[in-house]
Amino acid sequence: MADRPVLEITDLVKTFGALRATDGVTLDLRPGEIHALIGPNGAGKSTLIHQICGTEKQDSGTIRFAGQDIGRLGVAERARLGLGRTFQVSSLAPEFSSLRNVMLAVQAKAGSSFRFFKPVMRDRGLIDQAMAILERVGLAGRANIPAAELSHGERRQLEIAIALALGSKAFLLDEPMAGMGPEGSKRLTGFLHILRHEAPILLVEHDMDAVFALADRISVLVYGRIIATGTVEEIRRDPAVRTAYLGDHA
Amino acid sequence: MTGMSMTRENIINLVLALLLLVAPVAASQMGQPFTVTLATRIAVLALAATGLNIALGLGGLVSFGHAVFFGIGGYAAGILASHVFSGEPMMFGFEGSNQMPVIWIFAVIACGLAGLVIGAISLRTSGVYFIMITLAFAQMIYYFAISWPAYGGEDGLSILVRNQFPGINTMLPLSFFLLCYGVLIACIGLFALLRSSRFGAALQAARQNEVRVASVGISPYGIRLAAFVISAMMTGLAGALYADLNKFVSPSMLSWHMSGELIVLIILGGTGRLFGPVAGAMLYVIFEFALGGITERWQLFLGLILLGVVLFARGGLIGLLAGKARHG
Repeated sequence: MADRPVLEITDLVKTFGALRATDGVTLDLRPGEIHALIGPNGAGKSTLIHQICGTEKQDSGTIRFAGQDIGRLGVAERARLGLGRTFQVSSLAPEFSSLRNVMLAVQAKAGSSFRFFKPVMRDRGLIDQAMAILERVGLAGRANIPAAELSHGERRQLEIAIALALGSKAFLLDEPMAGMGPEGSKRLTGFLHILRHEAPILLVEHDMDAVFALADRISVLVYGRIIATGTVEEIRRDPAVRTAYLGDHA
Repeated sequence: MTGMSMTRENIINLVLALLLLVAPVAASQMGQPFTVTLATRIAVLALAATGLNIALGLGGLVSFGHAVFFGIGGYAAGILASHVFSGEPMMFGFEGSNQMPVIWIFAVIACGLAGLVIGAISLRTSGVYFIMITLAFAQMIYYFAISWPAYGGEDGLSILVRNQFPGINTMLPLSFFLLCYGVLIACIGLFALLRSSRFGAALQAARQNEVRVASVGISPYGIRLAAFVISAMMTGLAGALYADLNKFVSPSMLSWHMSGELIVLIILGGTGRLFGPVAGAMLYVIFEFALGGITERWQLFLGLILLGVVLFARGGLIGLLAGKARHG
């Protein structure tokens, strides 16, 4: 069973009043793949991501990750199990430099946040590990710049650096291409290729060019339901998807 | 870098530290013990505010109930000393103590436990609810102290002879000042260590972005609770010294005015800054003394100054002099 899915979502339901934002979603993420989740605005993509990360609790259904039911765990516990995440809107410690943002992830992975006395800026091991990761994503030159002063694209890179530092078993990327110019999108697509060698990626994305270029499988979410799952070609050909979502794009 | 490099802020900190040391020594030479007492008051209030600065400055936790810990520290000094004086044993035959090291240990442990209980409950809320729940705990303990007759109730408790410290004559104003100053500098050093440690990094990151901290797998609650407890212990130590400074402890040390005063000190000096509490306590005590001599309504002017700081100098005095805070 080498190909057992890393992440398995079964019959997930979440309602807000009369709205069924997640309506019986079943979805899995297999080792080594990029599985893209697409769907029009309001389809419930963000709600689904929130339930996987633990910021929202599902009404029913199960979420299994790394062989364990994580449906009742908190955000930090899920992250410790190896669920790495980037945000639709960049989420960083704004006053900290790029380096210190990555250092925080390195110390979190080591589980050593209750060390009270050794100054982090004299902790060579911590700094070197963080710098090596910044180099991999091409941010080494911006190591000492506060996150708040980074460009939009650089913040995305920094979030990916943090996900790398955590050594996650799966990545959840929430619209990483949002707000990036064509040049930035191309660079980021390159980073995602790096990232997929680390762990499988569940990619929520609007940018169809990126999705078609990267994804091994695509699931289409409409009104909280998955209407189709398949390879790029299958999704392009699927008549239901074409009417519901792709329109004339395909 | 956060090392000992001579940034502008480090130079200002050094000047403040020397000023607070040299002024009372000189005043003592010139036979002005009152100035020494004022400086001691600055040192002790700065210590209490340094404690609060761990929760408020580093963690962004606006505790409006830190007077609880200040008061518990004060009552630890008062109660332990009163049993030595009266000769009546306390619980388990313990005879009390008039030795500061023993009193400090009691004060710090009691405040640590109180901080653990109050923090564990209060930190389940955030924002304005956190402010209100810490205030509510403080008021409960304030009214308990008022209505508890064993140790003076509303009238407070006098410490007839200042408690002792081995090798130091604490009755001499300058000696007692130097003791308080030493404790202050040691605790500022501890603050600096905490701030630059992995724990401090997680605590400050949780203030900036709680979601980010949780999504790297660090639970903000545990980090904040530890910070709250350490903060309570340091403020409690200051309370024990404050009681010995005044040779008196009363429920007013537990009142919400006191909690507010500690917050004001930090804002005046610079939130989260290493010497913010020292700068704030200096300003506060000097205003109190200088303006208090002219008018009973000196707090009106203090209010105006506070308004000015909040509107035009968010970094307080240290921010005004040294510029924005830098994180390595």
